[in-house]
Amino acid sequence: MPTQVPWLIFLLPFISFLLCGLVLRPFLPKFPKLAGYVTIAAVGISCALSFWVLGAVIAAPNHMLMVDDITWAVVGDLEMHVGVLVDALTAVMVVVVTCISLVVQIYSQGYMEGDTGYTRYYAFMSLFTACMLGLVLANNILFMFVFWEGVGLGSYLLIGFWFHKPSAADAAKKAFIVTRFGDLGFLAAILILFANTGTFDTEALYKLVATGALAGSTLTWVAIGIFAGACGKSAQFPLHVWLPDAMEGPTPVSALIHAATMVAAGVFLVARFYPIFSHSPEALLVVAVIGAFTAIFAASIGLVMNDIKRVLAYSTISQLGYMMLGLGVGGVAIGIFHLSTHAFFKALLFLGAGSVNHSTGTFDMRLMGGLRKAMPWTYITFVIGALSLAGIWPLAGFWSKDEILIAAFANNQALFTLAIITVFMTAFYMFRAVFMTFHGEYRGGAPSEHGGHDEHSHGLHESPAVMVVPLVILALGAIGGGWVNVTGFFGSLFGHGEAVAREISLVEGFFGPLTHPLPLISLLVALAGIFLAYAMYIKKWVSAERITQSVKPIHTLLYRKYFMDEFYEGFIVKTLLYNWLFKLFAMFDDSVVDGTVNGTAAGAAGAGSALRKLQNGQTQLYAFTIAIGVVAIAVVVLLFS
Amino acid sequence: MFTVGLMHFLILSAALFAIGLFGVITQRNVIKVIMCLEIMLNAVNIALIAFSQAVAPTSLTGQVFAIFVMVVAAAEVAVGIAIVFSIYRNRESVDMENFNILKW
Repeated sequence: MPTQVPWLIFLLPFISFLLCGLVLRPFLPKFPKLAGYVTIAAVGISCALSFWVLGAVIAAPNHMLMVDDITWAVVGDLEMHVGVLVDALTAVMVVVVTCISLVVQIYSQGYMEGDTGYTRYYAFMSLFTACMLGLVLANNILFMFVFWEGVGLGSYLLIGFWFHKPSAADAAKKAFIVTRFGDLGFLAAILILFANTGTFDTEALYKLVATGALAGSTLTWVAIGIFAGACGKSAQFPLHVWLPDAMEGPTPVSALIHAATMVAAGVFLVARFYPIFSHSPEALLVVAVIGAFTAIFAASIGLVMNDIKRVLAYSTISQLGYMMLGLGVGGVAIGIFHLSTHAFFKALLFLGAGSVNHSTGTFDMRLMGGLRKAMPWTYITFVIGALSLAGIWPLAGFWSKDEILIAAFANNQALFTLAIITVFMTAFYMFRAVFMTFHGEYRGGAPSEHGGHDEHSHGLHESPAVMVVPLVILALGAIGGGWVNVTGFFGSLFGHGEAVAREISLVEGFFGPLTHPLPLISLLVALAGIFLAYAMYIKKWVSAERITQSVKPIHTLLYRKYFMDEFYEGFIVKTLLYNWLFKLFAMFDDSVVDGTVNGTAAGAAGAGSALRKLQNGQTQLYAFTIAIGVVAIAVVVLLFS
Repeated sequence: MFTVGLMHFLILSAALFAIGLFGVITQRNVIKVIMCLEIMLNAVNIALIAFSQAVAPTSLTGQVFAIFVMVVAAAEVAVGIAIVFSIYRNRESVDMENFNILKW
């Protein structure tokens, strides 16, 4: 494989960004469709190249290809390089990112049709994808940070894509600022690493950790710092608050953010620096505990949300918690495996929600219902995605979630308990969403300004093929995506978990889980969750309203998202920042900074008003002073030289 | 036999310079101040020529310099006297103590 191939994977979307932004938008505004075609072509070629790279990595010894290094800048002793590192992790990530991105770009053609910002949309999408690919491919932590922030920028631009809506602009700011808190930790980790090792290079860092040159508390703090960055981007507790608000962007953007780019970045980062984490049990425990807690925390909020995208958003946070748990208790392979399968079904679910919105004009599930007749394709694919997310055998989600549960069970029973409860919640809220959206009677859709509900319900329609085909493609991924690890192939690719592929046949691996107690338990728990949703929302054996009433305080607590937003807004932002920290800064500014400036000025003025008395206009006095001065200088020179 | 050397010229020059400076600082009459200034210039001329003779007798640098000083001094006196006339017409005085309007 030529060394240019990994470079091209990153460069093609980037070129597409430049082309859309600098050429198509200003010079060819008459042909907005062009931007979509350019982006799809670029990402499509990237996707093909990614599969080539994956094939080459699988064939390569140690599943490790090459590090292509170019010196970028030299400042004194500090040399900065750009380069690509292609190992199994990179190869899998580029495939996932480009696949999801490609499908989302195709889908966007239908969803964004007629939007005035069509070209801008595709320019930002290209940039977003390019930054994520750059992050995945970079071989040193410095460039990872550059692209890391690039991903943040891309998400900011896309969440705030409809910037004329104040809520979208606020959500974009929130996403940017909240993730920035995590980035602080990441930056600190980079600085600690560089101060201790003098290198940014990923492979060099691996070696230093392996030889024990980097160990002890330094290592732990570096790991915690990196994890803090990952927490921000991957929306882990307590930095998860930005992700549900990120719904304000166009739905395909949400799909991309939730599946492949933004939130995957954090999980990827932990996986990339897994050698650092694996040498620090404390850091691994932190990752696992935060992950498990986030999983159950977000799932519980998802139980009561009424906005279909918010249900999916909390589900994403919860699943990211699973990935972190998988990384914490299992290893790179387990976490990334769940990331890959999750990418397919979560993108599918989001695009499905977008398709529903395209038809009904709303995201509020209380206004939907009965859509399965009008939108059969969307319905079928959405159910496949929901089943996969709930972890039903043999769909993709089952395999990856199962790996995490097994690893958690072996390592930490308490975390396993949290995870298995989350399985139940996940199944329940997903099928609550399915039943509220697609079953029962249609409840009217978006309140429209002209005409009643009848007119609107006639307007229910299946989305165009350009939107349905991506759904079907993703549904295939959501069904079969997990089968790559049926024989342990995926795990062996990473060299973690199983050292070599298990010597079992495909059939044996496929049906194997059904003969073991643990997968069976998780399967039964998930089915129980689905059954509860069925009982509550289809058969109405149990009234959802009555339950809500009987546990009103808990429902309110969940519905208000544990008052985290209020806490951040009221306590952290208003009290801690505005009233304390910023007041302190203001005082410092007023007294110290302004004091210095004003003091300098006042000193100069005072000295001037004192000294000007000396200038009395008496020329002879000046002459006398000059003569005395010359004599004094002469004396000093003669005496001291 | 008593020979006149560099040192003697320099002592003469220094003495003249000091006398001139004393006059510039102490005299009230602006005409006298200008005259004292001329004494200082000539003291410098003596020093220049003495050094020229003692240090580099073949080159005429010092002498040429002295002639320049004379030329400049002549011009300066012309301008100076003109200024004094002008001030005198305004203030009816040649006393330096009255010339103090150039201050804050």
